[in-house]
Amino acid sequence: MALTAVGAAPQAALEGKRRPWWVRNLSIVIGGGLLLAALAMAVFAPYLGTVDPTALSPIRRFRPPSEQFWFGTDQLGRDVYSRVVYGARASLFVGFMVALLAVGVGLVFGLVAGFNRWVDAVLMRVMDGLMAIPAVLLAIALMALTKASLENVILAIAIAEIPRVTRLVRGVVLSLREQPFVEAAIASGTSTVKILYRHILPNTIAPLVVQATYICASAIITEAILSFIGAGLPPSIPTWGNIIAEGRAFFQIRPYLILFPAVFLSLTVLAINMLGDGLRDALDPRLARRL
Amino acid sequence: MFAFVVRRLLATIPVMGVVALFVFSLLYFSPGDPAAVIAGDLATVEDIEKVRRTLGLDQPFFVRFGTWLWAIVQGDLGTSIFSGLPVSTLIGQRVEATVSLAVVTLIFAVVVAVPLGVLAAWKAGGWIDRAVMVFAVFGFSVPVFVLGYLLIFAFAIELDWLPVQGFVSIREGFWPFLRQLILPAAALGTIYIALIARMTRAAMLDVLAQDYVRTANAKGLRTDKVLLGHALKNAAVPIVTVIGIGVALLIGGVVVTESVFAIPGLGRMTVDAILRRDYPIIQGVILMFSFVYVLINLLVDLSYTLFDPRIRY
Repeated sequence: MALTAVGAAPQAALEGKRRPWWVRNLSIVIGGGLLLAALAMAVFAPYLGTVDPTALSPIRRFRPPSEQFWFGTDQLGRDVYSRVVYGARASLFVGFMVALLAVGVGLVFGLVAGFNRWVDAVLMRVMDGLMAIPAVLLAIALMALTKASLENVILAIAIAEIPRVTRLVRGVVLSLREQPFVEAAIASGTSTVKILYRHILPNTIAPLVVQATYICASAIITEAILSFIGAGLPPSIPTWGNIIAEGRAFFQIRPYLILFPAVFLSLTVLAINMLGDGLRDALDPRLARRL
Repeated sequence: MFAFVVRRLLATIPVMGVVALFVFSLLYFSPGDPAAVIAGDLATVEDIEKVRRTLGLDQPFFVRFGTWLWAIVQGDLGTSIFSGLPVSTLIGQRVEATVSLAVVTLIFAVVVAVPLGVLAAWKAGGWIDRAVMVFAVFGFSVPVFVLGYLLIFAFAIELDWLPVQGFVSIREGFWPFLRQLILPAAALGTIYIALIARMTRAAMLDVLAQDYVRTANAKGLRTDKVLLGHALKNAAVPIVTVIGIGVALLIGGVVVTESVFAIPGLGRMTVDAILRRDYPIIQGVILMFSFVYVLINLLVDLSYTLFDPRIRY
C-alpha cells in the first residue's frame, strides 16, 4: 500500500483530499446494490404484488401492460410481472450454486494439481480436453443426456466451468511455490497440508472471489440460453430464459413478452459483472485501470 | 520451427482424445437401448440380442470406443436416429450457413474491436476510453438472444431497414447474402467485440509505456505510425491469442443466434437434435466444433512467429 500511496500522492494533493471510498469503488457500489435488489426480489417474490406465476387464465390472454397486469399477460393468460419476479429465483440460485460448486471443486483440483506432478499430468490433460469443448455446447451435451431439472442444470454448467477455475488455482500455486516464504516453509519441514492451508490458500482467495462473480454471471446467461433452446429447466419453473423462449413466437405482435424478462436478465448479469470488475480493481491494484 | 510444429501437433492428440472419450461416453450413457430401437417395435428379446451382437453393442466400453474412434478417423460420424441419414451428410448440408455467419462475425468483430481498443489505449482516461469500457461491460452482460431480438425489433420491424430472419447463400449475390447476416453478426459479435477490445486496450497500454514508444514519439514520428507500426505490432500476440480463445464464445453463440434468426445451420440442427434426443447428431456436431476450436488455437500458436520475430521455436 505504501508504494501505491507514493505514486498517487501528487494527484491526491491536487484534489486536496482522498475521494470517499464509494466514489473509488463506484462499480462495487452500483453492482452490489443492483444485485442486492435482485436478491431481495427473489426472496420476497410472494410479497411484491405477485400472483401465482403458473396460474392459467384463458380469458385474459395477451393483455397489454396495464395497472392490473404491470407487464401484461402471455399467451396462456399468465401474469408476466409475477413470472419475471419469480424468475429471479431460478436464475440467481443457478448462478450462485454454479459459482460455489465450480470454485469449490476447481480449488481442490487446482491445489492437488499444483502440488502433485502425477495428478497434474493426468488431470490437466482432462481439463484441457474439457476446455476444448465450448462451454455452452458442453452444458447442452450434458443436458441432452439427463432430464430437465434444477440440479442437472447446475451440474451441467458447473462442469463446464471447473476447468477454468482449476487452471487459475494451479497457476497461482505454481507461482507461489517459487516464492521464498514457501521455499522456506518447505525447507523447515512444514507439512504439505499445512503449507497449502497457511500459505497457498489465503493467496488464492482474492482471484477466486473475482472469478466466482464472473462464473456466476456467465452461469446465469448459460442457464438462460439452455432454457431458451429447450434444454434447460422444465417449463413448469418460470425462469427468464423460459419466459423469453415462450414469448418468442409472439415477439412481433407482443414484444413486451420478451422485453421485460430480457431487461431483468441483462441488468442482473450487468450488476454481477460490475461487482466483479470492481472487486478485481480493489483486490488487485496492479491490474486496476488496465483490463 | 519444424520441431515445434510437430510437438504442438502431437500435443493436440491427447486433447482431442479426451474430447472423443467424452463425446463417446455421451452416447454410451445416453438413456434408451439403441439395439431395441434398431430392431423395431415387433422384435423379440432374441432379435434384439442378435442386433446387439451384429452391431457389437455387447462389447466392453473400450472395445466399442476403439471401433467408434476408428470409424470417426475414416470420416464416419454415425447415422442420425431421426432421419436415418449419415451425420456427416447432414453436417455437410448445414455447414455453409454456420461458416458464413461465423466468418462474417469474426471479420466484423476484429475490424470493429481492434481499432476501438487502440483508440481507447491511446486516449486512456478520455471519453472514447470510457465509452469502450462501458460498452465492454454491457457486451459481456446482454445475452446474445436478447441482443438479437432487440436488433430485430429496432432495425427489421420498426425501421424496416433489414430482413427479419432467414439466410441467403452467397451464390445468390454478395449483397443479399450480407444483408441477411448484418443483424445476426452484430448480435453474435457484440460479446466478442467486448472481449477483443478489452484485450487490445490492455495490451496496447502495456506497450505504450515502453521505452521504444517514447523514443519513437520523441524523434517526432507520426502518431499513427507509432500506434500501428510500433505499438500494435508488439501488442499483437495477446490480441491474436484472445481472438483464438474467443472462438469458443462464437461457437456457443452460433447455436443461439441461429435459433433467433432462423438460420438453417449447424446450431439449429443441434437444437433440433436435442429436442428429439438424436444423440449421433449431437456427438458429431460437438466433435466437429471442438476440432475446429482446437485447430484455430493451434494456428494462433503458430502465428506468433509472424507477429513477433523474437519468438523462435
